[in-house]
Amino acid sequence: MNVSVLAKFVPNPTGTPQLGPDNLLIRDAGDGALDPGDEYGLELALQLVEAGGGEVTVVSMGPEEALAGIQRGLAMGAHKGVLISDPALRGADALITARVLAAALGRQTADLMIAGVESTDGYTGTMPATIAELLGVASITAVRKLEPDGEGFRVERQTESGYDVLRAPSPALITVTAGATEPRYPSLKGIMAAKSKPVERLSAADLGVTDLMSTQTVSSVTDAPAKAGGEVVSGDDAVARIVDLLEEAKVI
Amino acid sequence: MGATWVYAEVTPEGLHPSALELLTKARSLGGDVAAVALGPGATATAAELGEHGAATVYASDDQVFVDQPGRPAAHTLKALIDQHAPALLLLPGTYEGRDVAGCLQALTGSTLMANATDVSGPDRARTEIFGGTKIVDVDLAGPEPKLVLVRPKSFPAEPSGGTATVVPIEAVVPPGPVATVIERHAEAASGPKLEEAIVVVAGGRGLGGPEPFAMLDELAAAIGGAAVGASRAAVDAGWVPYAYQVGQTGKTVKPEVYIAAGISGALQHVVGMKGAKRIVAINKDVDAPILKIADLGVVGDLFQIVPALTEEVRRRASS
Repeated sequence: MNVSVLAKFVPNPTGTPQLGPDNLLIRDAGDGALDPGDEYGLELALQLVEAGGGEVTVVSMGPEEALAGIQRGLAMGAHKGVLISDPALRGADALITARVLAAALGRQTADLMIAGVESTDGYTGTMPATIAELLGVASITAVRKLEPDGEGFRVERQTESGYDVLRAPSPALITVTAGATEPRYPSLKGIMAAKSKPVERLSAADLGVTDLMSTQTVSSVTDAPAKAGGEVVSGDDAVARIVDLLEEAKVI
Repeated sequence: MGATWVYAEVTPEGLHPSALELLTKARSLGGDVAAVALGPGATATAAELGEHGAATVYASDDQVFVDQPGRPAAHTLKALIDQHAPALLLLPGTYEGRDVAGCLQALTGSTLMANATDVSGPDRARTEIFGGTKIVDVDLAGPEPKLVLVRPKSFPAEPSGGTATVVPIEAVVPPGPVATVIERHAEAASGPKLEEAIVVVAGGRGLGGPEPFAMLDELAAAIGGAAVGASRAAVDAGWVPYAYQVGQTGKTVKPEVYIAAGISGALQHVVGMKGAKRIVAINKDVDAPILKIADLGVVGDLFQIVPALTEEVRRRASS
């Protein structure tokens, strides 16, 4: 089974990112990393291929720095990478990005395509469904478990009240929830091996995506009214203070 | 302006509350307002949708909308859009809303704005980024309808006293490969719903495991009318079910009091609870970001403070 994994390189995933003077996110500040939310899907892909044979391809669109994200995937054990890095794609909106990634995935012959539920920087969470529809493949979001089942897959999907079990044909595109797997750390051997694994480089034009007009423009960015920091207490009267607050709020 | 439509999510428990919030907003924009409700029980929601401002409700009770998540709903919406050409479609920022909007965008080629916190018309919406510290206004261009996913609880739901004309529609089920639901599992929930509770007691990574959540259950029971929630870290670790999750990928809550125990305050989490009237944070780390947004921050050991708090709440309640 061949698996393609969509991987996003995000700026400063554990801190607060920064906006540039053009109101676009600064994506090349040097503190970026593979989106932690993508590692769960990568781990699932590696487990499936280790059990059943095949290859894992990591596909990413982003600045040149995004190569580091692909390399992280290769170091974990993926076989090859595809990097779509094109200055013309800077500030691309969700639809353009979906078209680019759909075209890149369409060149692979994957039985399964995996993405995160949402990115850690944009939190849009709609792109995998758009890509699946553009490709004409089945899509299941918020997957917490997947097993090969005959010609297709048996999938557990997280729901508001519990989970659903679905049967999906192959190929399919899924999004994997955080916590679905326990991502491995790249070994030193893996990190060394990653350097010699192939990474194909493509531009938007290579993929035949020519309409790059973004449909969203930031018209203003303002600071939200700062919430005045409250009081910080410790020690013996802390409990009494909390109960006072509950009484003021008339909830007890 | 052109018509504003609302995708009214229908759940097994009835109408998702976001539908009424979105209709209240849609009404204020000035054009005609319609709602689209799909899935078993959809037609029965029309009265409530009408009361909140939908002049027309396009409804289908077809089971296919729950058996095949996302795709039939998007294709059915596309057929309606081709026929009626609304200018703006508001959808809830839920899992289902995202699936439907994502698929629909591939069909319409329209812009899709996610995580909106306000909408001023078909050409402009507002969002908050970086955990709500920056407000961003975005101009929307391209073919109509503009698709805007709105974060739940961004607006109050206010009835207008109207009545809707119900237009029954047929489900559009596209050909092609599809994933089908074969089993459903619901996890039992007790106590008030997280989104409706007047007090939320939430636990995070600092609890260290599933067992200490019993401590939060006891505190919630002592307060009364309180629900227990969790941060994504605790849910991802498998300590409590996803239904507990408060935050960007979970529920948005706006209780009178939010008590965060052992939660550091990642942006992911803060987005879902910063609308609480009063925030109490209990954390052993004096530098935890949650203390910066808390009305009352308590630095200390939650394993001592929470049981002592439960005891004190009980004592004052009985005195």
